[in-house]
Amino acid sequence: MSIVGWVIIGVVVLVVLIIMALYNGLIRLKNQIENAWAQIDVQLKRRNDLIPNLIETVKGYAKHEKSVFTEVTKARTEMMSAKTLDQKAKASNMLSDTLKSLFAVAESYPTLKANENFLQLQEELSGTENKIAYSRQHYNDMVMRFNTKIELFPNNIFAGMLHFTRREMFKVEESEKKNIKVQF
Amino acid sequence: MKQQRKLVNFDEVRNNNLKSVFLFFLFMIIIASIGMLIGFIWGSFWFGLILALIFGVVYGIIAWFAGANMLLALSKAKIVTKKEYPHLYHTIEGLSLAAGIPTPKAYVIEDEALNAFATGRGPKDSSIVVTTGLLKKLNREELEGVVAHEMYHIKNYDIRAMMIAAVMVGVIMLLSDLLLRSFLWGGKGNDREGGNAQLIFIIIGIVLAILAPLIAELIRLSLSRKREYSADAGAAILTRYPQGLANALKKIRDDPDPLVNTANKATAHLYISSPFRKKGGWFQRMFSTHPPIDERISRLEAM
Repeated sequence: MSIVGWVIIGVVVLVVLIIMALYNGLIRLKNQIENAWAQIDVQLKRRNDLIPNLIETVKGYAKHEKSVFTEVTKARTEMMSAKTLDQKAKASNMLSDTLKSLFAVAESYPTLKANENFLQLQEELSGTENKIAYSRQHYNDMVMRFNTKIELFPNNIFAGMLHFTRREMFKVEESEKKNIKVQF
Repeated sequence: MKQQRKLVNFDEVRNNNLKSVFLFFLFMIIIASIGMLIGFIWGSFWFGLILALIFGVVYGIIAWFAGANMLLALSKAKIVTKKEYPHLYHTIEGLSLAAGIPTPKAYVIEDEALNAFATGRGPKDSSIVVTTGLLKKLNREELEGVVAHEMYHIKNYDIRAMMIAAVMVGVIMLLSDLLLRSFLWGGKGNDREGGNAQLIFIIIGIVLAILAPLIAELIRLSLSRKREYSADAGAAILTRYPQGLANALKKIRDDPDPLVNTANKATAHLYISSPFRKKGGWFQRMFSTHPPIDERISRLEAM
């Protein structure tokens, strides 16, 4: 075979290797994203599990604050029935807001604030909220890496062919950034 | 939870890692050169090279397995549970989620000095150690910064890298010694035709044998400093709040007693800040495992 023949074969082999490396890299990132998402789910479930106990404890001291309890319960139900990323993000943000209101209300009941069980639950929930934030951050970081990788040249040429598409991030809603006012 | 979120430079981390790879190449070149010179004297290049590699592997395996757990025992660190130190535990757990690695075990050292270190072969088997002094004097964001710094060392396999670097320095020292002895004892090379070429080799050999250990140690220390900068940048990315670690470093710098009682030269490079008193001067800086603390603070504040 002539030199030209060998060169052509060489180029083809090179391109195949590049596509292989790209594909494997993207698969790795995709799985990391899925793992990161599962981590968020673990923390979301943990938060859901803590809430009934919290409501019971607070009800013991603040029976007439009915609206706060119904809001938290409603938000929790929404959270448990959310399926897509968008629904979960919205439900999670709403649940965080209602929990903030609940704790704000608890501030005006000194005997409640001294209760061992309440304090433990507060610490646990606060820890879980932080962990939700951290796992979201990790998820978003992985998504950013993935999106960047499929958009860079020359990866973008092949990414479409290999059926890799942009993923969305777990966003913060505008409402979460405002301060929550509590009406008594 | 956080006061602000600034965009942090991800490239900072990449640059430092690239420089680390370059430094490893330097190590390999030195080892290969010495190996070949020894081989040359004994009459066979390849023999020398293979000898060097075998030394390296055996030495490395021993250091690898003996290393991590010995350190924890030496420094008198006590493992702690979520109940004893819930805040520390939550901080470590949360940051490991952000880093995407399994949660490291938490250890505490009873010491007034402010310091911390991480140990372990890799993310699956790691521990983070902090002093009680640190827990007392730092606030939430500062502790997060310190833990994130250690977490990044674990995630980046820095502990393993520095262990390998220490092994390479050891190998180079052994080989240099062997090389010098080879000159004294002669060997097959003397039977060949003499002349200027051989004289030049001998001179190169002697110079290399004396300088190599020194150069290797300087490379190892430079590698350590690069990785410290990487870990600072990595911590800033994990917490999205470089000022937290910067403030922690300020408190550590201004602390009157940096000495952790159980630290020594072998373990110094693992601590977040050099556990020995600082003396300044460029000579001291070349032999330091950590970059100057003021420089670290300004880099963080500029992010």
